[in-house]
Amino acid sequence: MKPVAASVQVNRLISAATPLLLLAAWEVAAQTHAIDTRFFSSPSRIFMQFWQMLANGELLYHTAATVARVLIGFAIGTTVGVVLGLAIGLVPTVSAALEPLVDATFPIPKVALLPLVIILFGIGEASKYAIIAISVVYLLIINTAAGVRQIERIYLDVGRNYHAGRLMMFTDVALPGALPSIVTGMKVAMGVSLIVIVTAESLAAKSGIGYLIWTSWQVFEVEKMYVGLFVTAILGLASSILLNWAERRLIPWKRS
Amino acid sequence: MTAAEPDIALKVRIRNLRRSFVLHGRTFDALDGVSLDIAAGEFLAIVGPSGCGKTTMLRIVADLDTQTEGTIEVVRALASSQPINSMVFQQESIFPWMTVRDNAAFGLKARGIGKRQRYALVQPILERAGLAGFENALPHQLSGGMKQRVSLARAFANDPEILLMDEPFAALDEQTKLILQGELLRIWEASGKTVIYVTHSIDEAISLADRVLVMSARPGRVKDLIDVASIFSRPRDVASVKSNPHYGELFAHIWRELRNEIVADASPVEQAA
Repeated sequence: MKPVAASVQVNRLISAATPLLLLAAWEVAAQTHAIDTRFFSSPSRIFMQFWQMLANGELLYHTAATVARVLIGFAIGTTVGVVLGLAIGLVPTVSAALEPLVDATFPIPKVALLPLVIILFGIGEASKYAIIAISVVYLLIINTAAGVRQIERIYLDVGRNYHAGRLMMFTDVALPGALPSIVTGMKVAMGVSLIVIVTAESLAAKSGIGYLIWTSWQVFEVEKMYVGLFVTAILGLASSILLNWAERRLIPWKRS
Repeated sequence: MTAAEPDIALKVRIRNLRRSFVLHGRTFDALDGVSLDIAAGEFLAIVGPSGCGKTTMLRIVADLDTQTEGTIEVVRALASSQPINSMVFQQESIFPWMTVRDNAAFGLKARGIGKRQRYALVQPILERAGLAGFENALPHQLSGGMKQRVSLARAFANDPEILLMDEPFAALDEQTKLILQGELLRIWEASGKTVIYVTHSIDEAISLADRVLVMSARPGRVKDLIDVASIFSRPRDVASVKSNPHYGELFAHIWRELRNEIVADASPVEQAA
């Protein structure tokens, strides 16, 4: 096991080294004016800006706005998506009623619905939650329904032979059986949520990371824009660490 | 076709059971005209060439499949609140997301029995099935033999009138199988339940059953019904059955009947339904 463990550590080191090397190269290029620092700035100046925005609370304000929107929208979308997905996967009538609709509207870029969503939910926070929830709900319906259908038939046979009622089939068989697929859907949906919220905030919001990125660009505060991009990346990383942890806790039987 | 047993304490009456399937536009019969009486408390083993419809028959009794023709009647006490049957499946069928205890208590939960009560009901059965100390384990932490113990415990805990078993030990290694066969007999003898046990193993059928039903190749029919109970008394010890001189005779007799069926069945199609 020794050589394997060693190579895991080496790989971790490489994972950390690649971005650091890129940052170093960027810094050198900026210092030697090989790149136009009016547009591309430099890691050191971006870091200074980051520090300053952290100190004066500006960064926290925008980050909190974005995180709150994502969490609330994600929670709504996931809940609705799982319930509908279970129903579609288990009940043929529900599947017949909803599945063509889902399949037909799924390819519409959800950001393109923003004008409609604003008409329906107003310019405030509700429309941000809604656009996230709409983006998330599709991925969860599709993954949950697929997860239910992938449940081995034997488990459904057991449920039937032991006379489990419909509710128990949902909660004790279909939901846990589809959980691996649901969590996969949640991971993808979280990434999509971040993409959608940053886009939506740059189009129609007065706060949030997306707003920060876009307004900074418009007033040519390039460092602020890069800070916004950096924070978006951190949010993506943090959410994936969190969901991977949740996956291990929720589905212990999938990894032994 | 053997003459029907006398109607004393009849549990299951199967008459003219037929099940046909349609495959690639062609209809064929998996079962054709199976008639059979099973006595209350009897352990009936069914052997037959693969594809003879023995699992299909069990699934029809379990209400997981529907016959094309024929009837199955189960004789029950009027006030009985017990479930009619519970099945022990061949494949791994315990839920990987439930603890051993919750798996065993699944049928009780489905019957609306509260958590505290069903855990209390299930505990002695887990202990009898050799699962004490594993109540909170998840199936992936258990060996194949232990998982089948959970599957047995789930069926016994449900306290059905009829236990249906579809090659429950087929996937286990020989030693584990011997041990579990012995334990099944021990638990079953104390329960007095009617058992229908499908197996491809002649040895297992003789070791466990009161009667062995030999089925013909597809379409499955009753070819022979062999009385084992009059040769090997209860309580029975699986290992000593094999050393009994009658064991060899019985084995040879059943094998002859099965071999004729397998050789006669020229059809190359395998259908394990």
